[in-house]
Amino acid sequence: MKTYEKSGGFFPVFERKTGPAKDATHYCPGCGHGNVHKMIAEALEEFGLLGRSVFVSPVGCSVFGYYYFNCGNFQAAHGRAPAVATAVKRTNPDSIVISYQGDGDLAAIGTAETIHTANRGENICVFFVNNAIYGMTGGQMAPTTMIGQRSTTTPQGRIETVHGNPIRMAEMLATLPAPTYIERVAIGDSKHIMKARKAIRKAIRIQAEGKGYSFVEIVSACPTGWKMDPVHAREWLLEDMLKVFPLGVFKDESDSREEDSWLRRYDAYDPAVVDEYLDRLKSTLGDAEPVALAEDLHCKFAGFGGQGILTLGLLLSQIGMRAGQHVSWFPAYGPEMRGGTANCSVNVCGSRIGTPLVETPNVLVVMNQPSLDAFEKEVVDGGVIIIDTTIVEGRPDDKRLRPVLIPATAIADEVGTAKIANVVVLGALVAATGCFPRAFCEDTLRAAIKKRSLVDMNIDAFGRGYEFVKNAR
Amino acid sequence: MARQFMKGNDAIVVGALAAGCRAYYGYPITPASEIAHAAALHFPALGGVFIQAESEVAAMNMVYGTAGMGVRTMTASSSPGFSLKQEGLSYAAGAELPCVVVNIVRGGPGLGNIAPEQGDYFQITKGGGHGNYRLIALAPNGAQEMCDLTMHAFELADKYRNPACIMADGITGQMMEVVEIPKALPKTWDHTSWCVDGTPGTAGNLVSSIILEPLELEAHNLKLEAKYEQIRNHEVMFEKYAVDDADLVVVAYGVVSRIVYSTVDQARAEGLKVGLLRPITVWPFPSAVITSLCATAKAFLAVELSTGQMVEDVRLAVEGRKPVHFYGRCGGVVPGGDELLAEYRRVLGGGSR
Amino acid sequence: MTDNAALDVPWMEVNGELCKGCQLCLAVCPKSVIAISEKLNSASYHPAYYTGADCTGCGLCFYACPEPGAIRVTKP
Repeated sequence: MKTYEKSGGFFPVFERKTGPAKDATHYCPGCGHGNVHKMIAEALEEFGLLGRSVFVSPVGCSVFGYYYFNCGNFQAAHGRAPAVATAVKRTNPDSIVISYQGDGDLAAIGTAETIHTANRGENICVFFVNNAIYGMTGGQMAPTTMIGQRSTTTPQGRIETVHGNPIRMAEMLATLPAPTYIERVAIGDSKHIMKARKAIRKAIRIQAEGKGYSFVEIVSACPTGWKMDPVHAREWLLEDMLKVFPLGVFKDESDSREEDSWLRRYDAYDPAVVDEYLDRLKSTLGDAEPVALAEDLHCKFAGFGGQGILTLGLLLSQIGMRAGQHVSWFPAYGPEMRGGTANCSVNVCGSRIGTPLVETPNVLVVMNQPSLDAFEKEVVDGGVIIIDTTIVEGRPDDKRLRPVLIPATAIADEVGTAKIANVVVLGALVAATGCFPRAFCEDTLRAAIKKRSLVDMNIDAFGRGYEFVKNAR
Repeated sequence: MARQFMKGNDAIVVGALAAGCRAYYGYPITPASEIAHAAALHFPALGGVFIQAESEVAAMNMVYGTAGMGVRTMTASSSPGFSLKQEGLSYAAGAELPCVVVNIVRGGPGLGNIAPEQGDYFQITKGGGHGNYRLIALAPNGAQEMCDLTMHAFELADKYRNPACIMADGITGQMMEVVEIPKALPKTWDHTSWCVDGTPGTAGNLVSSIILEPLELEAHNLKLEAKYEQIRNHEVMFEKYAVDDADLVVVAYGVVSRIVYSTVDQARAEGLKVGLLRPITVWPFPSAVITSLCATAKAFLAVELSTGQMVEDVRLAVEGRKPVHFYGRCGGVVPGGDELLAEYRRVLGGGSR
Repeated sequence: MTDNAALDVPWMEVNGELCKGCQLCLAVCPKSVIAISEKLNSASYHPAYYTGADCTGCGLCFYACPEPGAIRVTKP
């Protein structure tokens, strides 16, 4: 015995529906949504997928999809159902996710979500009910409204040169490589209806098999919006709409794709796994006993981009961190960017650091002339100003400041590469300020420099900078 | 001790991972992009989700999707992008979905610039999207807090089933500091009573913000408001520095609080009794402590990277009992310590601005 | 209905309260065995009804009907 009756894919009673008539849908007489709902509900139940299914209702007439489907339900913002569906599927690849959308939702306000969800090949089903009108909102022009069709916002009929043409989403999406299956069907006569049923079932199967993204466009009647009786509406659909929206399969790679080939990995939260992972992010400098800091350092490092200014700051910061001091590093950013120079602020302090922006440094490193001009006046009285004399011609006020004049770039060149001038400067800084012991700094450099082959050169550069200052005294 | 020297933006991702966040959805924007960079590296490596979405709007609605499944999720952006997230935030608040959104605030309005600002205070603390809702909003002022407050944001979001926001600025995001890497939180949360996660156990649930009947929607709004009242009563966080005997209480949050902190001792050295009150939660705002300080303070000064937004909350808390002054820079200009000291002198000297 | 069951022949039935009178079932029925009632149901629609004989149990009316529960077709 075969019985055609209300599917178990629907709630037995539509309790979520407001008002009386908890057995009937909220749709108008002759609306195609109900037909599509029946096909989806039937397939989900028959395939045994209801418990895993998540139905995402859009905005539009089918905004109340969650009244009906006997599975998990989301209600999404206008046009965003594919984004919500994407996230649901990615967060539980075993779920069966349906993004059910009308033409305004899918082809106007949600165009971006529609295209990109398809383009990512999300393993979901998109069921697109195209009835050429905004129904729920009051019969306005949809992106799929036909030329000449009257709507509340095209009272004279849709005009190509004013409103553009009806948009063919199935054809557009079929240009993308990722989608698995794209077909346009219609809720027209019985033959069409049974073909639509087949397409919907196929799309759901493709998802269940992990073969990727399916898009079924269902040309459907809106008798109320079209101001026609239901039987005439279906006739108009068949005679006029299908000329603009031809039926057919625009893409089908369901046979050539492997099962589960479009499933994405997702692992539930496991704190132990996260702990193990985060442990790998920790500093590799190794633990050291706290090393006393002679005096809080408020440094500004400035020069041209490419001189390793930011790295210089980072190296000093790492020495400070390993010594157990409070450290902050802040790169030139926004209004701090001046005169084409790169600069950064570094604080190394024995106690909590206030502003990370060093306005009045007690150590200034200058590796180009504009930086000397820009920052010399900011240095506190008695502050250290380290100048790379290979590059900078100007000389600071040696009565107010403690200048360290060092041909850092030339020294670096001797060591092997001018690029290492920043480390020569670091050596000079450590010698001039006496902030941390030389050996401690060198140990830190050894640990901090990732490329083993460069360690010796860096230690050499650091030592030469350090010695230069010591010998100059 | 597991420490690392890292950017504030990176510390947010470390905090998120340690809080059990499993999905990151984002869209690139300066100066928040490092968050997406770090998420793209770490989330997939841990079997989580990272999607660079087609838009900020889509990213936020993806957050809505994962949040609706009862799984911890986040997105991050900067001001112009944060404006685009308001739709999804309103829906998430309406549907009572826990999630974390980060706004590394930059200069506005419009495209503005990429420099630090706090001009999104109104948007974050007063709504932003449509309808009666609030964001729980935390304002870290350093890299460690970027990590720790992100974790706390996830906890609060879950506890109250409401979006929580990390409101930071370009400096706090870009600056590097030593961060102690936290232990991952034990998984204590279970949202199967309301979430829809694609399993039979939750198939009877609905994630939705639509309530057609006016009386029912009013009841829902009142329920949300009762929740917000609980948050106001229990979740206020602030820091006091030298305020108990202060003549001038300076109220500042985020990076500005660090600049103010640097000036307090200097001010006191010249005899100006200045203290700092730093809101850590900018919503709920620490109104009660400000009200109580009216008993001892002679005046208040709100310092912000804006033309005067948080100052309105200070005034509401002070209720006219004491003068409330404002000093702000905006457009990406950050006030220097000298500027602030001059302002303290002017306010305490009785001069007007 | 019991008659049809007893006779072991296919039949369709319309839940007159759920029917919205759109007549799409009439349009697709190959045997024209569905008609519209002159009476109104409680939702003010003229519901369809089975004229009582010659249903083949093809189910086309079921799929043409937009309402989940308005039509039931039984094919023994």
